Amino acid sequence: MLDAILVMSGLALFLGSLLGYASIRFHVQGNALVEKIDAILPQTQCAQCGFPGCRPYAEAIAEGRAEINQCPPGGEANIHKLADLLGVEFKSLNAKHGAEKPKSVAFIDENTCIGCTLCIQACPVDAISGAPKHMHTILSQECTGCELCIEPCPVDCISMVPVAVTVSNWKWKAPSYLQEAG
Amino acid sequence: MSSPYLSQPSSVSMIMLKVLCAMIPAIAADAWFFGPAVLVTICLASITALCVEALMLQLRNRPVLPFLMDGSALLTAWLLALSIPPMGPWWMIVTGTAFAIAISKHLYGGLGNNPFNPAMVGYAVLIISFPVQMTQWLAPESVAQAHLGLGEVLDYMFFHILPQGMNLDAVTSATPLDTLKTQLHMERPIGEILSMPIYGAMGGKGGEWMAAAYLAGGLYLLQQRIITWQVPVAFLASIFAISGLFHLADSAHHAGPFFHLASGASMIGAFFILTDPVTGPTTPKGKLLFATGAGILTYLIRTYGNYPDGVAFATLLMNICVPLIDAYTQPPVFGKKK
Amino acid sequence: MRKLFHFNGGVHPPQHKVESVKDPIRKPPLPEKLVIPLHQHIGTAAKVAVMVGERVLKGQKIGEATGNVSSAIHAPTSGKVLEIGNFPVAHPSGLSELCVTIAPDGMDEAAPFSPVDPFSMDPAEIRKILRDSGVVGLGGAVFPSAIKLNPGREKQVRTLVLNGAECEPYITCDDLLMRERADEIVKGAQIMRHLLHAEEVIVGIEDNKPEAIAAMKQAAGDEIEVVAVPTLYPGGGAKQLIRVLTGIEVPAGERSTDLGVQCFNVATAYTVYRAIACGEPVTSRIVTVTGNVKNPGNYEALIGTPMDFLIGLSEPLEGSRGALMGGPMMGFDLPSVSVPVVKATNCIIVKSEKLFPAPPTPMPCIRCGRCAASCPADLQPQELYWFAKAGNFGKAQEYSLFDCIECGCCSYVCPSHIPLVQFYRYAKSEIWAQEREKKSSDIARVRHEFRIERTEREKREKAERLAQKAAQTRAQIKAEENS
Repeated sequence: MLDAILVMSGLALFLGSLLGYASIRFHVQGNALVEKIDAILPQTQCAQCGFPGCRPYAEAIAEGRAEINQCPPGGEANIHKLADLLGVEFKSLNAKHGAEKPKSVAFIDENTCIGCTLCIQACPVDAISGAPKHMHTILSQECTGCELCIEPCPVDCISMVPVAVTVSNWKWKAPSYLQEAG
Repeated sequence: MSSPYLSQPSSVSMIMLKVLCAMIPAIAADAWFFGPAVLVTICLASITALCVEALMLQLRNRPVLPFLMDGSALLTAWLLALSIPPMGPWWMIVTGTAFAIAISKHLYGGLGNNPFNPAMVGYAVLIISFPVQMTQWLAPESVAQAHLGLGEVLDYMFFHILPQGMNLDAVTSATPLDTLKTQLHMERPIGEILSMPIYGAMGGKGGEWMAAAYLAGGLYLLQQRIITWQVPVAFLASIFAISGLFHLADSAHHAGPFFHLASGASMIGAFFILTDPVTGPTTPKGKLLFATGAGILTYLIRTYGNYPDGVAFATLLMNICVPLIDAYTQPPVFGKKK
Repeated sequence: MRKLFHFNGGVHPPQHKVESVKDPIRKPPLPEKLVIPLHQHIGTAAKVAVMVGERVLKGQKIGEATGNVSSAIHAPTSGKVLEIGNFPVAHPSGLSELCVTIAPDGMDEAAPFSPVDPFSMDPAEIRKILRDSGVVGLGGAVFPSAIKLNPGREKQVRTLVLNGAECEPYITCDDLLMRERADEIVKGAQIMRHLLHAEEVIVGIEDNKPEAIAAMKQAAGDEIEVVAVPTLYPGGGAKQLIRVLTGIEVPAGERSTDLGVQCFNVATAYTVYRAIACGEPVTSRIVTVTGNVKNPGNYEALIGTPMDFLIGLSEPLEGSRGALMGGPMMGFDLPSVSVPVVKATNCIIVKSEKLFPAPPTPMPCIRCGRCAASCPADLQPQELYWFAKAGNFGKAQEYSLFDCIECGCCSYVCPSHIPLVQFYRYAKSEIWAQEREKKSSDIARVRHEFRIERTEREKREKAERLAQKAAQTRAQIKAEENS
């Protein structure tokens, strides 16, 4: 009886100290996880998740303050990646935060634009160029499609245009056929 | 659809059909030496396999006809039928075949997705569940005290009735491998054992001719490029080598390499069971490794195990290793060879 | 005799070449309209250099090469520019690209050509002429030749390989070009050799083209070696031909020049000769029109000729439905037969149910390994298929997906008739898309971080300015009080 108790407690002590040592020795910097999450997020910086950008959202996920299904631009594919990374169950996109949409970029109707610069202040990635009283233009290469510029525009001259499929970004479809489809 | 727009006129059914054809000489030899029971077993197993296959496809919402026509269920049935005693009771044959098709093939995703050789899973289930029936092999007709006609075979298999006054021992015997093992346990010298009437020139009487027939069928498959040389060569060579070593070290207790090649399921294993592409590795090196492992395991199970032969368990054990073998034997790609 | 080497696998699909070699190269009449895409090569599209309504001459530049990897585009005949806009082009997607539409005036008036002597000129100058003459690889890859003809500083190109293998079924355009214009090809090869300082030139031709081999041998003389290679698809793939002729294996992602070999199609050598020694830019190419037509043959077609115009000349037979561009192993289904001939168009095959029956319904993979045995890149197609199908692209890359040359051997031999290559194309384009997305999201991240930093700095600077001002005012008030 005594032997058993001694052996068990000895084992517990040994394994416990091993685990304790490992948690110090192999400690992962909190930032490393944030970086990994941030790398998965689409960097749209649209704030639809309820945080002021992708990085704050990544931090919130890492600290357990946010769910993984709050990012509409990332869509289901990204939720799968986050679930894989964090080892948690997949959840479908939370509709409260918006719906997944095809990638679009903002377009300014230059005839209507009054040059108020409000959209320039709203753009999270500095993708709008222009000066006060001069019409503004979207740098469509840099635009992430966050739609943050639409709301502030006093003359409603900004619209979202889906990114066109061209020969250079066209994708082959996955073959689908009867028997292997299931 | 994208290119290529041409394809070779080959199909899964064609491959399976050729394998089935390659088994016919051995089946003929079986029927010649051991009587017509094997034909009944094959028919029963085939019918069961096709019915269960159709049922499972229906349940899995897959098109029945194209998959039924692919011949893979028939092949499983034939392999199983040739691995079990030819005059087993009907329910045993049906159980084994149904298990092979339903559980070990379809529950894993059907054709192409099963990790274990279905016929060998069926065999393993039967030998564990019905050890008595699974060791009642027919004695070669030249040795047996009595012969059974087709009607009498059917009577026994379906109703468990033997002709008036006949004992089951009159027509059955243990297999040559099994006999060797039990007799060695009784400390009989090996020379004396091998001169018993069930033994022939190399292996068991009749059995050695079946081995030759399997070899012939296997050579046909090689010529047709349905199988590659690696698996049969490595398997037979490893059995030859390991049994040769044991024989050299202690010839009083270990039969020679030729005996092992000609006995049991060595030949059917080398050319028909281990060459199953679905459950085997795909890389050339992997095939060598896989078959060598299977050969060594076969010999060890035969010699030290409790079962009459080791091919089935060796196959299943090596099947487990296939993903690992494949992952570690990837050949270097073009331009990246040393 | 040169020692020849082997590559793994390969297949022997039915040839169908004899149908289209009965006649010499035909000269088609002028079509009513030429639609010339500005992006006919690998790299950046050419920039439009003409205006609508302008009269252009044959050989006049209508698209200027822009960027490092690019090539110029020229008017194939004289006429008026009708339109500059997006039109469907020869691409599996059926999408449109920027094209210049020319209405030929029938005079075929040429701009003055200025031939030069390549052997007394600066090689860089010659490469510029090639770029401005629109010389690109005519074997199908359409990579700008000027770049490939730059030997680089360190590595020496020992061997120049000319590819006349033409291994794909149905295609015979290189065969006829070698039969009829062997001299020009050889002269082009000499210019290339001069540019690369290559020690030897080898022309590889599959042994199913004895006439072409004879013609080339006669033209080649002693300096250039013409070698008959065994007919085995895809023996005409650049990497496979280099392997067969020299034993060198060029790994994916590496340039053959680094290993001392460079490979060009014979038709490219021909255009190099025309561009340098005759001053004539690439405005036409030989196109095989075959398949379900009454009169298959090869045409010296102007770039921009609508394909249905050429098909019409060959008289399509009953039961024709659509056409392929390229060969049946690596070509693609044309979304429309009215798209224009481009520099990559080596062959147009009119399809019919009889020639190209619908493939049988695919069965599951039984891991038979025939695909691996036939793969000239030594890949394991069954594993790649598995990963691609599961969407496990990272794993597919680990198993060397990008070493796949999409030759189609695996699909050709597959007893389960699985469209393997399509799975690889799908996986590759998904990976490219992911990489593009990754790149743009990385840029967005940097820009966003920069913006946050900037706004904070601005805030800080403003606060500092205000504080400074307040201090100044305070000091002023104090001074006033004191005084």
